[in-house]
Amino acid sequence: MPLTEFIVRRLLQLIPTLIFILIVVFVLVRLLPGDPTSAILGDRGTDADIARINRQLGIDQPIWVQFWLFVKSVMSLDFGNSIVLKRPVTELIAQRLPITVALTLLAALISVLLAVPLAFVAALRRDKLADNAIRGAFQVGLSMPVFYLGLILLTVFGARLHWFPVGGYGDTFFDRLYHLILPATTLALSLSAILMRNLRAAIIGVVDAEYVSFARAKGLAPRLILIRHVLRNALISTVTLFGLSIGTLLGGAVITETVFAIPGAGRLMVDSIYGRDYPVVQGLTIALAVLVSVTFLLTDLLQAYLDPRVAR
Amino acid sequence: MTAPLLSVQKLSTRFHTPRGVLTAVNEVSFDVRPGEIFGLVGESGSGKSVTLRSLTRLLPYGATIDGVVLWQGQDLVGMSDTAIRKVRGGQISMIFQEPMTALNPVLPIRVQITENLKAHTDLDSSGRAARARELLDIVGIPDAARRLDEYPHQFSGGMRQRAMIAIALASNPKLLLADEPTTALDVTIQDQILNLLLDLRDDLGMSVVFVTHDLGVVAATCDRMAVMYAGRIVETGTVTDVFRGPMHAYTRGLLGSIPRSGTERSMLLSIEGTPPGLASIPNGCAFHPRCVFASDICREKRPDLRPLGPDRAVACHHSDAVLAAGSVLA
Ligand SMILES: Nc1ncnc2c1ncn2[C@@H]1O[C@H](COP(=O)(O)OP(=O)(O)O)[C@@H](O)[C@H]1O
Ligand SMILES: [Mg+2]
Repeated sequence: MPLTEFIVRRLLQLIPTLIFILIVVFVLVRLLPGDPTSAILGDRGTDADIARINRQLGIDQPIWVQFWLFVKSVMSLDFGNSIVLKRPVTELIAQRLPITVALTLLAALISVLLAVPLAFVAALRRDKLADNAIRGAFQVGLSMPVFYLGLILLTVFGARLHWFPVGGYGDTFFDRLYHLILPATTLALSLSAILMRNLRAAIIGVVDAEYVSFARAKGLAPRLILIRHVLRNALISTVTLFGLSIGTLLGGAVITETVFAIPGAGRLMVDSIYGRDYPVVQGLTIALAVLVSVTFLLTDLLQAYLDPRVAR
Repeated sequence: MTAPLLSVQKLSTRFHTPRGVLTAVNEVSFDVRPGEIFGLVGESGSGKSVTLRSLTRLLPYGATIDGVVLWQGQDLVGMSDTAIRKVRGGQISMIFQEPMTALNPVLPIRVQITENLKAHTDLDSSGRAARARELLDIVGIPDAARRLDEYPHQFSGGMRQRAMIAIALASNPKLLLADEPTTALDVTIQDQILNLLLDLRDDLGMSVVFVTHDLGVVAATCDRMAVMYAGRIVETGTVTDVFRGPMHAYTRGLLGSIPRSGTERSMLLSIEGTPPGLASIPNGCAFHPRCVFASDICREKRPDLRPLGPDRAVACHHSDAVLAAGSVLA
């Protein structure tokens, strides 16, 4: 199967995924306790008010009509208005989601920067002091809850040493980046531990492979062998794990944003659930689900690029 | 007699394991002459692969090598890491048993050839591309221009082995180390690859050390041979001499196990028992527990490898009796 065909096929697979996401969100929102009409009106609504709001929201229509209206509005990127904040949901998402995406991307970057070199050192010094030290440190990191780790980092590097701000979000690009470093590191640590262990095992498996012997038999320089022959092959399984972890990372972002008081989509989601702000919950859920599906797509493409056996 | 191309003298290779030191290759000596195919035979585990890999020090970390491997006036055993990288792939190349695992699955064949050229020649990138096409032609892979951009999994078993040979030949090595290059192939493909190696030896004038457990293959390809048992060479000579009159009971047993039809793989089943593990090599002659000629002296004293002429040597207390018993092939 040529690469382009693989890409097209993988893109087409996105369609049923998206339909499935829409159905799940549509059903879930209707299963939540309390109904949106009373959330909008509070306790003061008359029967006439309730009927009017129901008509506005389309809740008086048959369920399949409701679903069709729902799909149509999602297609036009219209998720309605926030009940609490009284602003279009799309606008809120556009404002808050990029912050979470930035936090997640930064965390992903940090975890890779931590995991890849350390995995190399650990694998190539297998069972020596460096290997045991790295693995031990990560084991501790892995067994600590995200919020606890966040609080420790916050206390030490924020409150004590004043190296980083203790919370909030800056105004300029670099200021924002600076504000995100500590929360992103918090978020990154457990993922980097997982990636490190996976990559270490993969490198150990690859180093003993016959094609690495063959590469040595060609007289190639050790660095070229390590990068072209060892790393490239070892990364295949780790890339998949990494892609699948992005969803978890987004979930972790919710907690991290709360600990570090960052006004991202995670905070918005938590607030909206507490405030029964269903349009926001619905819009955010769809946006996050689409984001995760796209990451999975990118993971598959990256894997196909790294491993020709997938699609060539 | 011409000077040898490669001279191996008292080569010993040890693995340092948690359970102690294991000597996988023990004082092995042999010469390889220009243009000859030298066969290294023995059952699985006898130390053939470790011997071959020790020549250019392609061993896992922690293995130690003693002895001398003389190559063009230099000792490869004591050479610096940088210097031996020039020898590897440039002057001495190696091919492996399983081309599927020896070729990198994620790189196109083109890269796997040109990286060798880049390491050992001054060719520019178009020169390397031309040479890569030429190499596929030389080893008989049709449609070279297209196949260069394919990956190992898109090649058949035989074509993969040809590709590996092309990679090994890239920088015109003078010596090819071949570790059971046909064992993983079916019989017809096996013959094609053997013929290819014979042609290449003739056309390129290179020497080959050919490791195999298959004496049928030795008879078809090699000029001289050495038989290994438990990490030592127990008999060596020209293929004609050894086949006509084996002088070590182990060689005689191996020869007896070649299937008559010649079409089936020899399974080396006719010798009773199994070879010893490295941790429990018997005293005296390592082969004595399996040997029908064994006597008290075999249990007590290890026989030296005695030279019996320019090309012939044997390490057996009862070589006369073995010779008198005659080759099973005769
Ligand atoms: N890395 C290693 N560590 C310990 N023992 C090894 C290692 N590699 C090979 N050996 C041992 O060395 C002996 C010879 O192996 P090898 O040369 O591969 O045999 P063969 O003749 O089948 O090629 C075997 O007993 C094998 O178990
Ligand atoms: Mg072997």
